[in-house]
Formats: sequence, structure tokens, C-alpha cells
Amino acid sequence: MKTVILQTATRYLLPLLLLFSIFILLRGHYLPGGGFVGGLVASIAFILHSFAYGREDTQDFMRFHPGYLIPIGLTLAVLSGLLPFIYGEPFLTGLWFKEPVPVVGMIGTALFFDIGVYLVVIGVSLTIIFTISEEI
Amino acid sequence: MLLVVLAGFILPLLLLIIASKRLKSIYNWLFLLPAGLFVYFILQIGNLGDTGQYFSYEWVPSLGINADFKLDGLSMLFSLLITGVGTLVFIYTSSYLKGHKYLDRFYAYLSIFMASMLGLVLSDNLLSLFIFWELTSISSFFLIGFNNDDPASRKSSLVALGITGGGGFFLLTGFLLMGSISGTYSIQEMLSSAETFQSHGMYGWILFFVFMGAFTKSAQFPFHFWLPGAMKAPTPVSTYLHSATMVKAGIYLLARFTPVLGGDPYWNYTLLIVGGFTMLFAVFHSLFRTDLKGILAYSTISALGILVFLLGLGNKYALLAASVFILVHALYKASLFLITGIIDHETGTRDVTQLAGLRKVLLPVGIAGGLAALSSAGLPPFFGFVGKDLIYEGTLSADNSVVLWTGLAILTNVFLLYAGFQAGIRPFMGTLPAKFEKLHLPHFTMWVPPLLLATLGLLFGVAPALIDQALVQPMFASMYGDISSTPLKLWHGFNTVLALSGLTLALGFALYFSLKPSQKLEKQIAKLDFIAPLKLALDSSRLLMRFAKRYTGTLQNGLLRNYVLITIGFLILIFGYKIYNGISINIDFATLTEVTIYEFMIFGIMVTAIFIAVFSNSRVGAIASMGVVGFSICLMFVFFSAPDLAMTQFAIETLTVILFLLIIFRLPKYLQYSNPPMRIRDGVFAIVFGALITIVALEVLTVNVDNETSRYYADNAYVLAKGKNVVNVILVDFRGFDTLVEITVLSIAAIGVFSLLKFRKEDETDLGGTGDLN
Repeated sequence: MKTVILQTATRYLLPLLLLFSIFILLRGHYLPGGGFVGGLVASIAFILHSFAYGREDTQDFMRFHPGYLIPIGLTLAVLSGLLPFIYGEPFLTGLWFKEPVPVVGMIGTALFFDIGVYLVVIGVSLTIIFTISEEI
Repeated sequence: MLLVVLAGFILPLLLLIIASKRLKSIYNWLFLLPAGLFVYFILQIGNLGDTGQYFSYEWVPSLGINADFKLDGLSMLFSLLITGVGTLVFIYTSSYLKGHKYLDRFYAYLSIFMASMLGLVLSDNLLSLFIFWELTSISSFFLIGFNNDDPASRKSSLVALGITGGGGFFLLTGFLLMGSISGTYSIQEMLSSAETFQSHGMYGWILFFVFMGAFTKSAQFPFHFWLPGAMKAPTPVSTYLHSATMVKAGIYLLARFTPVLGGDPYWNYTLLIVGGFTMLFAVFHSLFRTDLKGILAYSTISALGILVFLLGLGNKYALLAASVFILVHALYKASLFLITGIIDHETGTRDVTQLAGLRKVLLPVGIAGGLAALSSAGLPPFFGFVGKDLIYEGTLSADNSVVLWTGLAILTNVFLLYAGFQAGIRPFMGTLPAKFEKLHLPHFTMWVPPLLLATLGLLFGVAPALIDQALVQPMFASMYGDISSTPLKLWHGFNTVLALSGLTLALGFALYFSLKPSQKLEKQIAKLDFIAPLKLALDSSRLLMRFAKRYTGTLQNGLLRNYVLITIGFLILIFGYKIYNGISINIDFATLTEVTIYEFMIFGIMVTAIFIAVFSNSRVGAIASMGVVGFSICLMFVFFSAPDLAMTQFAIETLTVILFLLIIFRLPKYLQYSNPPMRIRDGVFAIVFGALITIVALEVLTVNVDNETSRYYADNAYVLAKGKNVVNVILVDFRGFDTLVEITVLSIAAIGVFSLLKFRKEDETDLGGTGDLN
């Protein structure tokens, strides 16, 4: 499906979709959204790119195999759960900064946990889809 | 203490990092870990006190599981055995398996085993004891199957795991029963509830379950057969796991529970009968073996039988004898095993009929063998003599059937003497065959450990006071309850016991000089194999395999559509049965909201799409219409104010359609797999199932569900977790642990897909390319 229209549209859509996915991720704590949906949107963005330009181009564009996002995300999630140990709290207790940060809002361990989920979801869905499209 | 237990688990991780091809000499220094732990335990001897030291660490406080460790006389003796023999085995292995491809793996297994065994004997909590118990079975499985390209090794390790692991299930049941009856999982706290246990209606069952665990682990008849098979493992493993430590875990368990469960006739007679039979049966078997390791395996089973037998006698002398005999046996048997390893390593055979005169080339090994054999024979002034004396004193002071028990013990000891001489002395006597003349002594790290162990057997016999107050009496006290007043002595004067000892020696020597090992005898006994427990166990496991194969073949035949059909059919069956059994269905249409016109339109679109999907002749068409159904559901979520669900559904639906299309493009042309009757059958199933789900969904509306949980989440989302979106707060905070596990599962799924597809044709596919996960 390498059409000029799709390719041109994708060039603008990809950054927008990625931005949107981050937006969904960040607003998740207050409004509908979250790491899971955000991750799905981001992977759809990359898949759209691979539809327009072919899988190889997308992987070149990503610089590294999406599979690497899985351990990174998992580690982030586990670390955010381990952080409360420093303060003597049980695993996965939510810790928060006192003051909200501009744009993002309140920052706490739950946010980093959600970012971990976000990365794992991207990694998993892209790995599965890329592998299948490559190997079958 | 936590570090002491965990050190052995940490070492393999470090090995992973530091052990490389260049750093071969690291293996020569690994013995420092067990040696350090040994020194630690030696230093603790003075601090035990009357009840032992107690260490407690919180683990899962909400479930009442603490990492509780207790170091008392019983665990002290075992810990010293584990770390002491462990040190020697670690040293020995560095030469025995020098340059082996998987030496790192071997040390890792060995170290894991040591840690699990330490954990087992130090745990004060039944549940953690059970975990360590299973870990020893698992590490034993890996070590027996260490030569994993040999089918016999693999089979033996499976048999061992099957038997000991199966026993573990029984043990867990027993532990759970004990825990629920006494209300605690702490062994220390159970000591006071011995009365409660023994008068409880489930006492018999507890005994059964605990015995099953102990007998399988300690290779008592009829579960003994895994131990000779376990001799397929490299000799250091046989020394360490299958004679000195792991097989004594069952003995440890029985000794540990003697103050809690013991003293009852059921306890005593079961142990007496099983132990008594095993010790005679196994040692009788060892007479006919020609393989050195086979002889040692059967005599080990017999020694374990003696220990069970002594615990069954349960009187003061018998328990003291058990304390001594554990040490006696560990010293001489470990030594004999190590010697066998050297003989095997140097001559390439373990056949007793071919070995002779080795003293001329392997003198220090021969000395060690002689010392060990004499200790096993119970000749004064060896430590074995002290042990054997106590055994006879134990049987003589039994409550009844003194003659029977004493007779059994004498017979067993006579045969054991023969077995010990066979392994420790016969290979070194006589004339040296020409083919062995060029042998030379191995590296000192191999012959010093057995010599050291055998010398200790002599030293402790000459001066039992060295270990009496420090080790034996505390161990005895933790079984018997109070401190014994009879110190260990080598010489008791002329009495019945001495006469019995003399009789044993005389008969034993007579047997040694009259019976020569031969292949013929071994063949005779092999004729009885058809009724051996090993054969029965293998047959029943084969039967189970056949059943499993047929069961799986019927229910899971590899066709996805059949799986779906069976799953749905089963659900229909359950629901149908419930409804048939007269559950009143009250559906209240009045509570339903009005159907609006756009809902009706969406419904129409969905129905149309489903019909297209079912009757379409092209795959792409069917998938696209399924996508339409999915997106319509998504719209439904929007109408009923579930934006989170709608968003997720939307994204998932998109990805699903893409995934389907990717696969479908590569499939062959559309084929009709089903005939009309099948399609009608499937249609009936689908419609019935849909109707059932509808009924259930409508029914749920009228049932008054207790909403406490969801109310709690809704009320506390902002208060506790500072979030206004309850769904997301549940995901990342309230049930964050679930989410963590879910993303882990997702990751495993991705890795599964990746490796299944990528490594399908390893030689053809270029693995470099875009970067691998591995």
C-alpha cells in the first residue's frame, strides 16, 4: 500500500499520533486514558507508518527493535513499585510529590508505573505484529 | 542467618557474572563458601543454649509466613554435615570434573542444593521448610541428570523427581493439616501441642502424609528404588546428596517431629516395620551387586533404614544411637563414595570383580578406604563401634520383642560390614592386575577429602568427648526433650552389648571371606526384577502417559475450532444443568431503559455484519465485518458512558484487524472446511450459547450485587491515590500488582511469538538484521 497520499499523510500523522498517545497516557489519572490505551495508540501510529513505507523503513526509523521496549518498561514498572521500600512502605505503595508540576500535573510512582505499562504495550504489540509480518 | 541460608543461592548468580573461559581457576576457590559457612556454624556451637537460637525475618506478614530460622542441636549437626561434607565435595569436584564443559553449571546446582538443604534444616516454619524441601528435590533432579545426553541419566533423574516430588505433595498436605489443627506453622510453637495432635481425629492422616514425605525422600521401602538409579549422577553428587545429606532430609523430618508426633504406638510401629524391613532388604540386595556404587547405594538405603528403625524404637538409647549413627554414617559413607569416585576416575571401572591390589598404586586412597570400612564395620576403636554399641543398647531396652529387634539389627550390621569391606578394602587387596600398573595417584584435592573423613571416623572413636557435649547431646536433647546423663564412651566393660558386637564382627568376617562377588549372583537377583517396585512404578507411569495421550488427543486435537466447540459445549452443559435443576429466572424488563433509535441502528449494523461474516466466501470480507461488529460495540460503550472501555476496544479492534489481515494474506485460497450438517451444528451451538449469555446478563441486572468493593474504589480513588479516573487508579494503584503480572504475561507472549517464528528455521533465517531480543 505504498501510495503517496498515505505516505504524506503518515508523515504528519505519526508525530501527532505519538503526541496524542503521550497525552492519553498522562491524562489517564484524571480523565479517560492511561498507559494501556496510550501504548496501543502509539503502536497503531507505527503500524500506520509501516503500512505506508514498509516494515523495514519503520524499523530503520525506530533505530532499535521494539522488543527492547519490553524489558525497559518492565524494569520501570518494577522499580516504581520498589521505590516505596526506601521509605519503609510495602511494594507498589503510591508515592507523590507534594506540588503539581506544570503541564503534567501530579507526579507519583503510579505515573512511572503507567509509563512502564505504556512501553511494554508498545513493545509487545509491535514485536508480535512485526515478527508475524516478517516471518509468515 | 538470612545471608547464611541465601549465600548458596547468590553464588550461582555471581558465577554467571564472573565465571568466564579465562578465569578457570575460580572453581578451585569456590569451596570457600561452604568452608566459611562451616566455620560460622562451628563458632555458633557455644551460643546454642538449651533451646537453640531463633532468627525471625518478616516475609509475608499478612499470610503469617515469616522467614523463621532456628539453630538447635538437631539443625546444628545437619548444618555442619551439609557445609563440612559440602566443602570437601567442592574441593574434590574441582579435580574430579576438571575442565568439564559444564563445570559452572555443576557448581551452580551444587550450591543451590547446599542452600536449599541448609534452609530445610534451619527453617522453623513448616511452609518455608516445604519450599526448601522441594528445592532439594529439584536440584537433585538437575544433578542426577547432569550428563543429560545419556538417556539412562535422564530417566533416573525423572524417576527420582517423580518419587521425591510426589512425596512432597503428601508432605504439603500433612503440613497443612498440622497447621490448621495447631493454628500455627511454627515448629517451635507446635512443641506444646503434642497432646492436641495425638488426640485429634486426623492424627492417623497426619502420620500417613508426613511418613509418605519422609519415606520417599529417605528412600524407604517401597520407595527405595530411585536411590540406586540416582547413582547415575557424577560421584561427588552421590557423595553429597545421595548419601551424606539430602536423603537424610526424611530422617531429619522424623527426628524434628519426634517430640511433636512421636511416642504413639502408630508412630513407633510404622517406623519400626518400615525401617526394619528396609535396612535388611536393602543390605541383602547389596550383597549381590558388583558395581561399587550399587553396593554403596544399597548400603546407604540400609543405613537410612537403621535410622528410621532407631527413631521408631524411640527410647533414650535409640535416639542417642540415631544422633551418633547419622554422623558415623556420613563420615564413612561419604569417604567410601569419594574413594569409589577416585577408583572410577583412575581405572575407568567400578566393577568389584575386576579391581584388586590397588593399594600398590593408590596407597593413601587405600588407607582411607580401610579406615572407612573398619568404621563402618564397627571395629573398636572406631567411631562406628560407638554407634553400633548404642544401636544394640537401643534394641535391648525396647519395650517388647527385644529378641526380634536385636536380631534384625545384628543381621543388618553383619551384611553392612560385608558391604563396607567390599567397597573400602577388596579393591585394594590381592594382586594388582597388569593393566592397572601404570596408574598414579590423582591430585591431592581428590584423595585428601576421603582420607580426612575416614580419619575423623577414627578420631571421634578414640576421643568421643570431642563431639559429645558439643554436638551429640544437643541433638539428642532436641529430640528427647531433656539432656541425657550418659556421655559417649568407647569402652563400656564386658557386657551383653560387647558380646553382640563381637558376634557381629565374627559373622561379618566369616561372610567376607566366604562370599566372593560375582556376575552370576547379580544375574540371579535380577530375575526378581519383574516384581520390583521400580518396575511397578514405571508401569503405572506408562499407563498414566497412555491415558494422558488419549485424553489429550480427544479433547485437544490441534484444530482451533474444536477447542472452541468443546469449551462452549461444556459451558452450555453447566448452564443448562443449572437451569434444568429449577433455578428461577426472573428477568425484569421494566428496569431496562428505552431503546433509542440510534442504538437500534447500531444493533442493525451489527446483525448485518455478523451475517456477512458467517456467510462470506472471502476471508478479508469476514474479517472486515468482524471489525465492524467490534467498532459497533465500541460505539455502544460510548453510549453507555464507558469512555475508557471504548478507547481500549477501539485500539484493540484496529490492531486485531491488522493482525488478522497480515496472516490471512499469506494463507492459501479460501477452502470450505465444513459440510452443511457441521455448519448447522455449529450454528445451533452458537445460538444456544448466545441465548444463555443473554439470559445471564439480564439476570445479573436483577440480582442485588454487593457493591462494597467498587464503592470503596470509587470513594477512595482521589483520597488515597490522588486520581480522579477510577478505572485507571484501579489499574495502576489499587490493583497495581495484577497489572504488573499482566504486563509480564504480555511480555512472555511477545517473546513466545518472536522465538517461535524467528527460530523456526534457524539455519535459513538471518538472525542479525534488525537486532534480536536474545
